Amino acid sequence: MNVSSEPADMVSRQKYFGWVGRLSAAQRGVLIAMLIFATMFIVYGWKQAAGLSPNMINTAANKGALLALVAMAQTLPVITRGLDLSVGATFVLANCLASTIVVGGPIETTFGIFGVLLLGLACGAVNGVIIVYGRLQPLIATLATSAVYFGIALAIRPQPGGLVNFELADFMTRSTFAVPHTVLLLLAVVVFIWIPYRRSVLGRAAFAIGSSEQAAYMSGIPINRAKMLAYTLSGLLASIGGILLTALTYSGAAKMSIANEYTLNSIGAVVIGGTSLFGGVGSAVGSIFGAFVMRTVGDLLIVFDINPVLQPLFVGVVLLVAVSLGSLRVLRIKNRLDIYR
Amino acid sequence: MSVSGVIARQFDRATLIAFACVVVLLLIGAMVEPAFLSPKYLIQQLHTASFLGVVASGVMLVILLGHIDLSIPWTIGVGGMMATGATGFLGPEWGVTLAVPFGVLCGALIGTVNGLGVAYLRAPAMIFTLGMNAVAQGLMVYHTGGFAPQDRATEFMRELAVGHFIPGIPNPLLIWIILGAAIVFMLNRSVLGRRIYAVGNQERSVFLSGIDTRKVILACFIFSGSCAALTGVLLAGWANRSYQAMGDPYLLPTIAAIILGGTNVLGGRGKYVGTIAGVILITILQSMLSVVQPQRYFAQLGVDIPADTFRQVVFGVVIIGMLLIYGRQQLVR
Repeated sequence: MNVSSEPADMVSRQKYFGWVGRLSAAQRGVLIAMLIFATMFIVYGWKQAAGLSPNMINTAANKGALLALVAMAQTLPVITRGLDLSVGATFVLANCLASTIVVGGPIETTFGIFGVLLLGLACGAVNGVIIVYGRLQPLIATLATSAVYFGIALAIRPQPGGLVNFELADFMTRSTFAVPHTVLLLLAVVVFIWIPYRRSVLGRAAFAIGSSEQAAYMSGIPINRAKMLAYTLSGLLASIGGILLTALTYSGAAKMSIANEYTLNSIGAVVIGGTSLFGGVGSAVGSIFGAFVMRTVGDLLIVFDINPVLQPLFVGVVLLVAVSLGSLRVLRIKNRLDIYR
Repeated sequence: MSVSGVIARQFDRATLIAFACVVVLLLIGAMVEPAFLSPKYLIQQLHTASFLGVVASGVMLVILLGHIDLSIPWTIGVGGMMATGATGFLGPEWGVTLAVPFGVLCGALIGTVNGLGVAYLRAPAMIFTLGMNAVAQGLMVYHTGGFAPQDRATEFMRELAVGHFIPGIPNPLLIWIILGAAIVFMLNRSVLGRRIYAVGNQERSVFLSGIDTRKVILACFIFSGSCAALTGVLLAGWANRSYQAMGDPYLLPTIAAIILGGTNVLGGRGKYVGTIAGVILITILQSMLSVVQPQRYFAQLGVDIPADTFRQVVFGVVIIGMLLIYGRQQLVR
């Protein structure tokens, strides 16, 4: 939606890059993230002594899907030029609640899942109300709410533990015809949440707000409702991630380090997935591949025999490089004044 | 301008509200426990507050520019761990003598990378500093995992954190007073101070006035990193050792203190006196929670809630509540 490139630029891009040049910025971002992931995963499978077994793919998919859901949650506010630092805390809170109420028979489990999803929606809605109607900075507001959500998670589960419905856990960790069920879950989220959202009026409005809030306001776009929806859906997606975490680990744990790790990695995944931190450009599909790239970095460290304690360092470096690559536009700006706000 | 005018100008509405909250909290505390108003308790609170005060001093300058420094938790860790582990890098003799400057220098290096990324690469500060936090964490985890470094504080660090150079005033408080006085002078009476406020208001105009705004940003980030590392050094001396997550509980209180003191998150507005008020308010609040112990009342009701829950929830709610009172953005359209 950014109209920074002139028509002449478009023509030359089409001439040199063929069909790739005709893609939008977001589509190119998804493509690049996909290619990086494919390359990394092939290298991983090739270095692995046992080769790529369905079991291994399943494990990799499960780890990646958790981050992918949180990264999708992060994508929606970022598109509106906001930020949600509470996705990690919402994820942990949903995990803790799910380990308490997603138990028992099929009916109780279903109600439990709905309860956790409602909690996610509520967390997101609270963020939205504070940011939209309280008119606070997204960064500070979500930093504060993340403390509150984490505190509640700690109250629900002071010690790690809890249970989860066994059939659900078993179903989520298995795969059908070598397709892990977690991948199917991601597909369902894309088809039933992301695509309808992207095509809805409020979804398009979110992109317009990210490009230029002032212009969006002048065009009569429902800014408040669009932002509310973005933050609320973000909470929902994070809580789906929390339920999946419960199913994969059979327990709940309120750990600050988990919340922080997922928040940080989600931002990295969003950037790698081609979503602009300046808003207006992006795709949740890109964030999925971004998440898988972030997770494969860890696996690659293991197969290349690099000390696993170096993993946070690599995640940080990947994030810095990704952000700095986005800053290369500084070199292309002709008028130096445009660099400054 | 008269001296009283200059002083009066330092106290804006937010600062007054924050100071009023401090007084109210102390009075409520005194009703429960009269010792709350004793000089010994108050000095002890100021002693604890000075750790937060030093780190908040640096971050405040960055926020005045309209940026933010989210790398402080692990910069504090780097400061503490590099100071105690300095013997591993500089040898047993120099490592003890230069422990404090070495720790602060490492923090300044992190600040430099932050500043280069934000000012020269124009990367968004919140993301870049968050990434830098992870990098610092990675380096420190590697450092402790690989070499089993010295984590004991030196004699001088211990003295710096718990001693009294001037009788009655703990050394960290003295450091905070000196640092604070220097910042108040710098912000109000120096060219750099003027430029910091100007960049926070509109960087473009400052650039057009012929000032290299990037150097101003770089300087503030270096200062922020150094202050965080200095806090780490003081904390290591206070606990007599350094450990990995020593900076983790400081991110939210630091930002909360600055914002409660009335500094605008978007930059350009804010007084250092407000930050002092915010730091004291946060410290008293923390102290009250540990004295009142609300978890006991819930335990009597048969509900087991960890103490940390109250700290987190109260912090979050207080920040949002205070911001809703005076930190709302204008509807500019």
